[in-house]
Amino acid sequence: MKSKFFVITTTFALAFGAGTAHAQTEIQWWHAMGGPLGEWVNDLAKGYNESQKDYKVVPTFKGSYPETLTAGIAAFRAGNAPDILQVFEVGTATMMASKGAIVPVGKVMKDSGLPFDPTSYVSAVAGYYTAPNGQMLSMPFNSSTTIFYYNKDAFKAAGLDPSKPPATWAEVALAAAKLKASGQACPFTTSWISWTQLESFSAWHNVEFATKGNGMGGTDARLKFNGPLQVRHIQDLENMAKQGLFVYKGRDNKADATFPSGECAMITASAGLLGAVKKNAKFDFGIAPLPYYQDVPGAPQNTVIGGASLWVMSGKPADHYKGVASFFNYLSSPDVQSASHKRTGYLPITTAAFKLTDSSGFYKQNPGADVAVNQMIRKTTDKSRGIRLGNFLQIRTIIDEELEQVWAGKAEAKAALDKAVTRGNEQLERFQAANKS
Amino acid sequence: MAVEKRVVFRSAWLPWALIAPQALVIGVFFFWPAAQAILQSVQQQDAFGISTEWVGFANFQRIFSDPSYIESFKTTAIFSLLVAVGGIVLSLLLAVFADRVVRGALAYKTLLIWPYAVAPAVAGVLWLFMFAPSIGVVSYGLRQMGISWNSLLNANDAMTLIVLAAIWKQISYNFLFFLAGLNSIPKSLIEAAAIDGARPWRRFWTIVFPLLSPTTFFLLVINIVYAFFDTFGIIDAATEGGPGKDTAVLVYKVYYDGFKALDLGGSAAQSVVLMAIVVTLTVIQFRFVEKKVNY
Repeated sequence: MKSKFFVITTTFALAFGAGTAHAQTEIQWWHAMGGPLGEWVNDLAKGYNESQKDYKVVPTFKGSYPETLTAGIAAFRAGNAPDILQVFEVGTATMMASKGAIVPVGKVMKDSGLPFDPTSYVSAVAGYYTAPNGQMLSMPFNSSTTIFYYNKDAFKAAGLDPSKPPATWAEVALAAAKLKASGQACPFTTSWISWTQLESFSAWHNVEFATKGNGMGGTDARLKFNGPLQVRHIQDLENMAKQGLFVYKGRDNKADATFPSGECAMITASAGLLGAVKKNAKFDFGIAPLPYYQDVPGAPQNTVIGGASLWVMSGKPADHYKGVASFFNYLSSPDVQSASHKRTGYLPITTAAFKLTDSSGFYKQNPGADVAVNQMIRKTTDKSRGIRLGNFLQIRTIIDEELEQVWAGKAEAKAALDKAVTRGNEQLERFQAANKS
Repeated sequence: MAVEKRVVFRSAWLPWALIAPQALVIGVFFFWPAAQAILQSVQQQDAFGISTEWVGFANFQRIFSDPSYIESFKTTAIFSLLVAVGGIVLSLLLAVFADRVVRGALAYKTLLIWPYAVAPAVAGVLWLFMFAPSIGVVSYGLRQMGISWNSLLNANDAMTLIVLAAIWKQISYNFLFFLAGLNSIPKSLIEAAAIDGARPWRRFWTIVFPLLSPTTFFLLVINIVYAFFDTFGIIDAATEGGPGKDTAVLVYKVYYDGFKALDLGGSAAQSVVLMAIVVTLTVIQFRFVEKKVNY
């Protein structure tokens, strides 16, 4: 009798035990965050997984942003897409145009029944990932913007005041001249040259980068970054390059490493570089807003978003979407947001997170940490809300190529920008033709 | 010509069964992708493959009206000529030296063969580090000597970098074949010529080089195909097709347009063109150059 009872109880226990073990749904998350940012991603997943038992988020590093997007596309074509894919802002138009491949985040959150208030997100950030009809398409994740880093020790050695970073481009050129005179081989450089010196530059001065509100209004937008102000700026950079004040260090973010290593004294780069700078710089550094031209009316306005967002792929079972919604809810909570912002330098995506960080005294203890936030929260106009263009990756490469001819002394600023606009518009025409719907 | 011996297989199915595995591999890894490339070259697809549109030859028209594509033909021609000719000349030189050396011959031969084991991407990164304008060891040395080197902005410097890396990688392969070829030349011929009073230089051009011609021809074909396709890893790691598009050879453009720019139709069209070029080149080589080869 006793043994029979024992057997029955054990069977039930095993059945229930086995049942709970199988109930955890795995959510696949493909991302492009390497190094210290990769550790941040893993910690986020770990924090979420430990906070509940129904779902398990599995992050997988897939390489650079283009590599991750390509992997996601290939997987989707093979019927094997991940649940969440991190896509950089340049790929937004491509993702938006592929309506069958993705499920809008707004829909995922609404269907899950979890609380979701689109207005709680910083409008400059969320607006970029929102469709014209107001539905949020992807979840902003690591949103950065363009800021200015400078080497305070190098400033002191050059006789410049380390607490007064250059605010205008004229001041940048003067500072660069002094730095060069004091022996700096690389006074000023830039990362992501199209983003920092043309896209963000245009928005910062409330000037058009492309028509139709920089592409937000439709696929018939065309490029306009060869306007007088942008030509003037590239001309100025060309002059600086000729005098050795501006040194080109390569495409994409190849120049990033030159600042924390001390090689270059000033750099315009992503706010997301802060983590690497804090970790590796053996000198005193400062953060400042992007320089501007003070004679342009309306400048400075706000800068353009960078970084990436999380897209939800279609074709997954229903309980996966519940898990995704629950994970996004966790990511958007003020505590998690605030901790992420402090750790990485990326923007806090909700106003609540910004207020929490502010009230904790973080900005007072770390002057400059709120530069990125201030640049994004100022009033936006239709020229400065952000840039959303098709085939944007090719357009950026075209800009890289044409500007390289300028730094190599083979082309003049106006001719290079005109050529880039012509070549870029071909890409836009092609995108418009391929996505006629 | 002697009567050809023909081996007759009595079994009707055994030959097919024996060939089947190899045929399957070739079918899956060569013919299927090639067929797919041809199919995709006449279509216009969005990145995710959700909407497919037949466009006939529009992709081909588009790529040929793109000046940067025409430019990359020129770049590829220069690059492959430099790599093939440079590679063959250098490895022939090294093989001739290695053949004459008596002491430490094994050491030289081993060291000369090692670069072949290095993956193309690794080779690209290696050379990139040595020649990087800001941190490279060689660039530092060049600057000390007063030579300005900037492979980030100077097209010739960038081309030099990838040609060097590509030749370096292929030297071992060419070297091995040349060495084997040299070993197969009967010593009696060379000795006879030496007795007749021919100097080494004369001996080389009248005896050794003609007898090496099958090897040289074979290596020419292989090196050209190598320069067209296998150098992709080196170029991607070292210059990414830059500065501008100055080192964007045809195969790099195929990769960039297909995987970064997500223009699958255009990229497939370019692959089809590239395939046609290499096939034509190989046919030309076999038809015309082979006539000069003494077997």
